[in-house]
Amino acid sequence: MTSNPALLLMLGAIPVPFLRGWVRGAWLVALPVAGLILLWTTPEGTQAGFELFGLAVEPLRVDALSRVFATAFHVAALLTMVYALHLRDASQQVAILVYAGAAIGGTLAGDLLTLFVFWELTGLASAFLIWTRRTERSYRAGMRYVIAQVISGLLMLAGIVERLHAGAGLEFSYIGLDGPGGALILLAIGMKCAFPVLHAWLQDTYPEATIVGGVALSAFTTKFAIYTLARGFPGTEMLIWIGVVMACFPIFYAVIENDLRRVLSYSMINQLGFMVVGIGIGGSLGINGAAAHAFADIVFKGLLFMSMGAVLLRTGTVNGSDLGGLYKSMPQTTALCIVGAASISAFPLFSGFATKSMIMQAVAEEHRTVAWMLLLFASAGVFHHAGIKIPYFAFFAHDRGWRVAEAPVNMRVAMAMAAIICLAIGMGPAWLYDMLPYPVDYVPYTTPHVVNQLQLLLLASLAFTLLIRTGLYPPELRSVNLDFDVVYRRVLPGQWNAALRGVTQVRTRLGVPLRQRTGRLLEVASGPLRPRGWLGAPWPTHVMVWWVALLLGVFLLMSMLYS
Amino acid sequence: MTAQLPALQVIIPLLCAPFCVLLRSRTIAWLLFLAAAAGSLACAVVLAEQVSDGEVLSYSMGGWRAPYGIEYVISGFNTPVLLLVSTIAVIVAVYSRRSLAAEVDSKRIPLLYACFCLNLAGLLGIVATGDAFNAFVFLEIASLSSYALIAMGRRRRALLAAFQYLVVGSIGAIFILIGIGLAYGVTGTLNMADLAQRLPEIYGNRALSASVIFVFVGLAIKMAVFPLHSWLPDAYAEAPSAVSTFLAATSTKVAIYIFLRFAFTVFGATLVFGTLTLDRIGLLLACLAMVIGSGAACFQSDLKYLLAWSSVAQIGYIVAGFSLVTASGLEAAYLHVINHAVIKAALFGAAGLLLLRLGSVRLTDLAGFGRTMPWTFAAIVLAGLGLVGIPLTAGFVSKWALAMALIEDGQGLVLAVMLVSSLLALVYVGRVVEIGWFREPSPVIAASAVTATSATSRSSTAERLPRSMTVATWTLVLLSLYFGIDATLPATLAESAATALLGSGG
Repeated sequence: MTSNPALLLMLGAIPVPFLRGWVRGAWLVALPVAGLILLWTTPEGTQAGFELFGLAVEPLRVDALSRVFATAFHVAALLTMVYALHLRDASQQVAILVYAGAAIGGTLAGDLLTLFVFWELTGLASAFLIWTRRTERSYRAGMRYVIAQVISGLLMLAGIVERLHAGAGLEFSYIGLDGPGGALILLAIGMKCAFPVLHAWLQDTYPEATIVGGVALSAFTTKFAIYTLARGFPGTEMLIWIGVVMACFPIFYAVIENDLRRVLSYSMINQLGFMVVGIGIGGSLGINGAAAHAFADIVFKGLLFMSMGAVLLRTGTVNGSDLGGLYKSMPQTTALCIVGAASISAFPLFSGFATKSMIMQAVAEEHRTVAWMLLLFASAGVFHHAGIKIPYFAFFAHDRGWRVAEAPVNMRVAMAMAAIICLAIGMGPAWLYDMLPYPVDYVPYTTPHVVNQLQLLLLASLAFTLLIRTGLYPPELRSVNLDFDVVYRRVLPGQWNAALRGVTQVRTRLGVPLRQRTGRLLEVASGPLRPRGWLGAPWPTHVMVWWVALLLGVFLLMSMLYS
Repeated sequence: MTAQLPALQVIIPLLCAPFCVLLRSRTIAWLLFLAAAAGSLACAVVLAEQVSDGEVLSYSMGGWRAPYGIEYVISGFNTPVLLLVSTIAVIVAVYSRRSLAAEVDSKRIPLLYACFCLNLAGLLGIVATGDAFNAFVFLEIASLSSYALIAMGRRRRALLAAFQYLVVGSIGAIFILIGIGLAYGVTGTLNMADLAQRLPEIYGNRALSASVIFVFVGLAIKMAVFPLHSWLPDAYAEAPSAVSTFLAATSTKVAIYIFLRFAFTVFGATLVFGTLTLDRIGLLLACLAMVIGSGAACFQSDLKYLLAWSSVAQIGYIVAGFSLVTASGLEAAYLHVINHAVIKAALFGAAGLLLLRLGSVRLTDLAGFGRTMPWTFAAIVLAGLGLVGIPLTAGFVSKWALAMALIEDGQGLVLAVMLVSSLLALVYVGRVVEIGWFREPSPVIAASAVTATSATSRSSTAERLPRSMTVATWTLVLLSLYFGIDATLPATLAESAATALLGSGG
């Protein structure tokens, strides 16, 4: 247990508040690197398993699937740490380390109990990344976030207990939908993984996080859920259609949304949709595709969030309607953002191309024509809103007169590191393919693939240009777009208030006397326990002795009667 | 040398006691206690290593062989308790120097350390010995020294508390003596293993049943099982902070150990729990203790009283565990012995810090202490969460183990009572948090904050908490968190203890 990278990161967070200056910086960067080394020096298989009350607990299990996700999380932790180096306030850095450690720990968990503990911990630790923005709005968003995470945790716990009762044991391997336990666990994963209708917390709360927090949030929670899904539910037919819906519907929201970090949140749901489809297809190609795409997505989505964070830091806003022309003052950030945008749009030579096409190939090999067409549409949509819209509105479009400094050095370094990884995956994906759970015999750079993708991208950019030129493109407006979160943010509170008004009347008639009665009853019942009651008050010595004598007498009498 | 370890374990603290009195120096007395505690911890660690493979070490005192001479037995069932007692003793030794200097008249401190050494020797002796009468002797040494320790409290009420404990504790000791005497009368031996061999032939003998009842009622007083608990709140709350930290963690736990030792390895589980049905009575009393202890804790107006009442409830958990007479139940009981000792010691240690800084631990005087003493507040919250049993704390591990044992045995009602008691624990811990964090600071706190900022007005103890005390308290807090995250160590200890107890007595 001591050699668990997750614990290394979490325990490593303890001294952070006490360190200052470059020592803290070096420590923060060294931790993920050390964790990565530890991960790769740990042999495959289960380490340090032990029995806890008759249940087999395996806190550390390394195999190909968990290793690729854990590696991705370490990379994300390293990028986020570098990106967060300029912060003087240690609370976010500590929260990120604990959060990353929890996600890694969950990925390496060999049993459901350990998984559950880390599942809850990721939710709680990451909430601080929203709260530390210290505004009323972020406080409320953080509360909504925590509630969503806790509900997901409770669902998972219920599922685990159900499975234990059904005799399925604690081992965390294929779960499937055979029993109600599996369904509950799938629902729990669905919350974190932003299944349609369950997704609302994601785009509701991520844009409210701090600058650094947004980057960290984009990497861990949802991809951890993807890993759990890949481990527990590969080849589940239902997931294909859930994934297709996830890939398609956010596009419409992303196109009209003004807050660029919210656009990224929608595009994250869209990317998660691809991964969910891959898992739903199952088989070696589907799972490989989902894992590889999760790895790539962690890096390029992180890169996009980082560039938007840099914009937010320098200008104080990420609303498309307020931004524009930033390429003049932030040229390096612009270039790096474009690398991220090209990666998410799956341009050849960028990371998305090498990974997303695996999922497309898996869908095509199963001859699921409808799903394949819809995913193709979603790919074009991604390019539209993430590939063009983000860089276009933030850095080009109308010059709004922003003249700001370039992003801090550490941010640029982090973005450059992410960009290099994007290019490395895109140009020579072999190293990533070698890490994947199943052997890969897939070649991304074939003429049909490249031509196909370029056609798609060119036509999509043509459409964008046409719409912008003719003025038909939805303008960037300060507006609130209704999504499912309106159900719990507006409709439910409204009904609740209406119900409360009804209840108030009942309460005044029935409640007041009832409350007085119960209050009196409670007072009488708890009377003996109060410091002056006969149980709570210190007994005089003779009472104590009487009790001793009484107990002895009763026991002696009983023993004589029984024996 | 290692062959003599079982005896050295007890003799080191016993020998330090007279030197504390003779040398009459506070520092030397403290050093002697620290050395005694560290020495016994070293012995305990080596012994635990030696018996970790299930071996049983037997040591004949003075070379007299077992049934005639006094035998010391070290096995899986007592190493966890030896480790626990000596570890807590070392931590309390570190804690006690500054704490006692602030709370006790300086002339009495060497005597107090002598009592500490005697108490430690007594507790370790009870655990190590394999002889029934020898156990009684050590029980008396531990009890008498603890009466004296409690009487050193800063208020006059401490004298009353010590006197009450003396009266009730002596009655308990006499009962134990009568019980052992009866067992000696019917078997003619005092060696525990020998007793266990000879007793099954005379099951059904009334003198034997009476002997069992006397021993266990006597021990129940020492364990503070409800309704024999009444000495405990006063004694723990009025004693000096270092003393309550030590006693709360060790004294009742050792009594529980010797109870289990008698029940499983001397009289035999079939007689004690089968014929005399102490298991059902135990469950009943445990339920009452859980509800009433936690309930009364909710209404206390003094932090140390609150903690003491919560101890009454927590002992209920342990009693419920072993009253199941199953391997998992015993394991849960041992786990909770270890975890509760660490948690409660941490809380009493933090209470001592508050007492040192504020001069009072009445809840009204504590209002707002979370803002002026954030570290102490954090310690209380973390340990308090352990008391409630929040996941990732030690309390969760042992409560989970107990819940599993109860479910396995089909005791749904007891489980429900345990959950109610945990909710009540949330209430009383929540009260402390609410007072410390959300109330406006009381005049006491405000005054202490002022003195802390204007460094000229008062002596240095009021301004900065002594490093040694905070370190000791935080060691306990972190230990409790560590046992919550990685329960391997206490779980293996508890498991080997449970198998050793069930294996040797049947």
